[in-house]
Amino acid sequence: MSNHLKNITLRIWRQAGPAAKGNFETHVVDEITDEASFLEMLDILNDKLVTEGKEAVVFDHDCREGICGTCSLMIDGQAHGPQRGTATCQLHMRQFKSNDTITIEPWRASAFPIIKDLMVDRSAFDRIIESGGYITADTGGAPDANLIPISKIVADAAMDSAACIGCGACVAACPNGAANLFTGAKIAHLSRLPQGQAERYSRVEAMVETMDERFGSCTNHGECEAACPKEISIDVIALMNKDFRKAKFSNRKDLARK
Amino acid sequence: MTLTDELFAKNTVKLDSKIPDGPVADKWDNYKENMKLVNPNNKRKFKVIVVGTGLAGASAAATLAELGYQVDAFTFHDSARRAHSIAAQGGINGAKNYKGDGDSVHRLFYDTVKGGDFRAREANVHRLAQVSVDIIDQMVAQGVPFAREYGGLLDNRSFGGAQVSRTFYARGQTGQQLLLGAYQQFSRQVGLGGISLYNRSELIDIVVIDGRASGIVVRDLVTGEITSHAAHAVVLATGGYGNAFFLSTNAMACNVTAAWRAHRKGALFANPCYTQIHPTCIPQSDDSQSKLTLMSESLRNDGRVWVPVNPNETRLARDIPEEERDYYLERLYPSFGNLAPRDISSRAAKRLVDKGQGVGPKKNGVYLDFSEAIERLGHDVVQERYGNLFEMYERIAGENPYETPMRIYPASHYTMGGLWVDYELQTNIPGLYAAGEANFSDHGANRLGASALMQGLSDGYFVLPYTIGNGLAPLLNKPMPGIDHPEFKAAEEAARERFNAYLAINGTKSPDYFHRELGKIIWDYCGMERTEEGLKKALELLPALYQEFKTDLRVTGEGDNMNQTLEKAGRVDDFFQLGMLMCRDALDRKESCGGHFRSEYQTDEGEALRDDENYCHVAAWQWGGDPMTPNLNVEPLEFEAVHLATRSYK
Repeated sequence: MSNHLKNITLRIWRQAGPAAKGNFETHVVDEITDEASFLEMLDILNDKLVTEGKEAVVFDHDCREGICGTCSLMIDGQAHGPQRGTATCQLHMRQFKSNDTITIEPWRASAFPIIKDLMVDRSAFDRIIESGGYITADTGGAPDANLIPISKIVADAAMDSAACIGCGACVAACPNGAANLFTGAKIAHLSRLPQGQAERYSRVEAMVETMDERFGSCTNHGECEAACPKEISIDVIALMNKDFRKAKFSNRKDLARK
Repeated sequence: MTLTDELFAKNTVKLDSKIPDGPVADKWDNYKENMKLVNPNNKRKFKVIVVGTGLAGASAAATLAELGYQVDAFTFHDSARRAHSIAAQGGINGAKNYKGDGDSVHRLFYDTVKGGDFRAREANVHRLAQVSVDIIDQMVAQGVPFAREYGGLLDNRSFGGAQVSRTFYARGQTGQQLLLGAYQQFSRQVGLGGISLYNRSELIDIVVIDGRASGIVVRDLVTGEITSHAAHAVVLATGGYGNAFFLSTNAMACNVTAAWRAHRKGALFANPCYTQIHPTCIPQSDDSQSKLTLMSESLRNDGRVWVPVNPNETRLARDIPEEERDYYLERLYPSFGNLAPRDISSRAAKRLVDKGQGVGPKKNGVYLDFSEAIERLGHDVVQERYGNLFEMYERIAGENPYETPMRIYPASHYTMGGLWVDYELQTNIPGLYAAGEANFSDHGANRLGASALMQGLSDGYFVLPYTIGNGLAPLLNKPMPGIDHPEFKAAEEAARERFNAYLAINGTKSPDYFHRELGKIIWDYCGMERTEEGLKKALELLPALYQEFKTDLRVTGEGDNMNQTLEKAGRVDDFFQLGMLMCRDALDRKESCGGHFRSEYQTDEGEALRDDENYCHVAAWQWGGDPMTPNLNVEPLEFEAVHLATRSYK
């Protein structure tokens, strides 16, 4: 059954543009049902702001089903808020109490510059994928799908890391702003599968290099795993590091043969 | 003379569906054998614009770039990976017959034509079924981690409207995994320079010069800058218009703008009244709700749908004895049971809720119960199959479906209507193509489960790369208009004026307010059941509300930077115009078929009653200068391989 929360104070980061100076703005939500999602609360606030002639708070969101990875938000200093394994769009107000003060900020990472208010630019993630996060298989030449049996355990493990939604919580939560969990997840997905073997070592070299150009270094804090809405294990980073080290040998040998 | 013939004689546009010769099973091969080719060295001389990066857009852009065309890809998202295809849960059909249960290309073709209530174009559907097998191969090659059996072979499950298991899946995240596969292939081409990517860029107009699509006008959502882009061909892979209902399972930003702007430039919009209301969504919990969440149809493989027999039931679900439960799908449709097609299941749920037998605090749902499955299969197996869906349900509804049955209710989910396209997926404007949910061609009046992903990838991977080449070949070395052409400048200026006008109204109500009110009208009068009276009423209410929108809208902020309120205003404007066309189309189609159910036309048992003599046609609407005065064109549908029959799932 639904209850109503009363008197919620929101401290929201407002910033007019990438170079502008930002500040916190305070708004009070008098009453809201606990069935509402966190983003619906922001919708209601925005509707009120627009009706009052004020500019709506800009924030990224889309599917509201926790799968597209568009939503972000640091809520009380936690990426995607207090509920474990949950993206902001799936967070509901029943996680909060009446009279709470909630601080809402954008992802804070130098690789994710702020566009406006709570919205950041995460294109650096796309650059990592473009550099090698794929299997080269042009359309048309694929063999029958059942030609290569893949053990269920392997397929399931690949799926676990392929579940990454690319939201950037791992980077936002990391004190160093590192993207190792994101990059490691894609590498683990592809390198676990037989189809991914041909490019296994060139892939990891290219992706890690692109990652290092844009993001901070991993020092094993583990904050990324705790913040990940898909609960991707930090093991993928170990797997990436192992493959990267191997790549430095095997790729060099392969290249020397040329 | 039938109505179809009469209307056909009055067509204002020549509709050539370009269906190739030969028996339906040979048409696609015949087409490919006779199409024109572009030499590999000449492909780089052609530029193709692809708008949208979902399954259809990403797969088309990637494949065209691999072939050597220059591709410019546009998405309004921050990344190509965000497109709404990502939210598809259950699976993708492929006529592989890996289960040896009697599946074949013909059976998938037949199921899809029948599922669509005989309102789809036979030749297109057959091609879809044919290439479905190639899609599975291609996606496995891309590294999509489909579910597997212990021996390492691919696993399948069943979906509504089929009596075979032909659905491939990756947990409850099949759309995500397929989209990531296509996105990775797409990203490879971005990295190699084959695709130029424009993210956070929204199409706001199409430019047609001398009758041919010559490019598009886009608005950069970050800077507000309006720019033109010219190309030899334009592909719209921009999804459906389910958000016309406001509350839907579509993502918040899904909109009809690209298709609608094309429509206003002369592209015909086909069967707008064919919308799919998906039976298994989480019921609305409060009035401020902005979005409904789908629970995959795959749940109906193991979940049983029921309502209490007594409308005044107050006990908890688990305390209601078997004999006081109505498993109404199993009762009404014994051979398909809980896997009856979507339109049929949705209407059955609506009728029981309308009769007061609904469950939950608002009595606005029916139960989807897993207790029998948990007993039969064990908690762990159920968790493995549906764990992520159960978790999602618990987060939203605050109840644990392992202990309490889920509550579900139908919601707007998919739109079968869309831009009219011929066999080549080209609209009636040469050079303008529409793919995926944005076109109308494959699902008739109702789409079967796990067929949307199949169609998106079929269009993008295996159809457009051939048909676009056929269209481009004759244009080799011919001059084409650039963005300095006056038509581009005029379109840019008109778009600038349109967006400035939203800002200048300075009324009192937000775009969201209007969207919500608009959605209510469409849901009430053009939703699961439609009547002549209701549709006429909607056609009075909509223009009045639209007028209010034009005079009392309030958009705050400016046009020259990120302004989500302004983006929304433009999209709601187009939804208004589309909404009027949806109601008009529904009013004119005096029969019931698939998702279009007119209360006046039903059998004694309450099933859809088609009128094949008068309505076995595609209704393709031409923009008439005002949303209330469209011109009707019809394409008669001919069935050669499938016998027109009453659709029965009993």
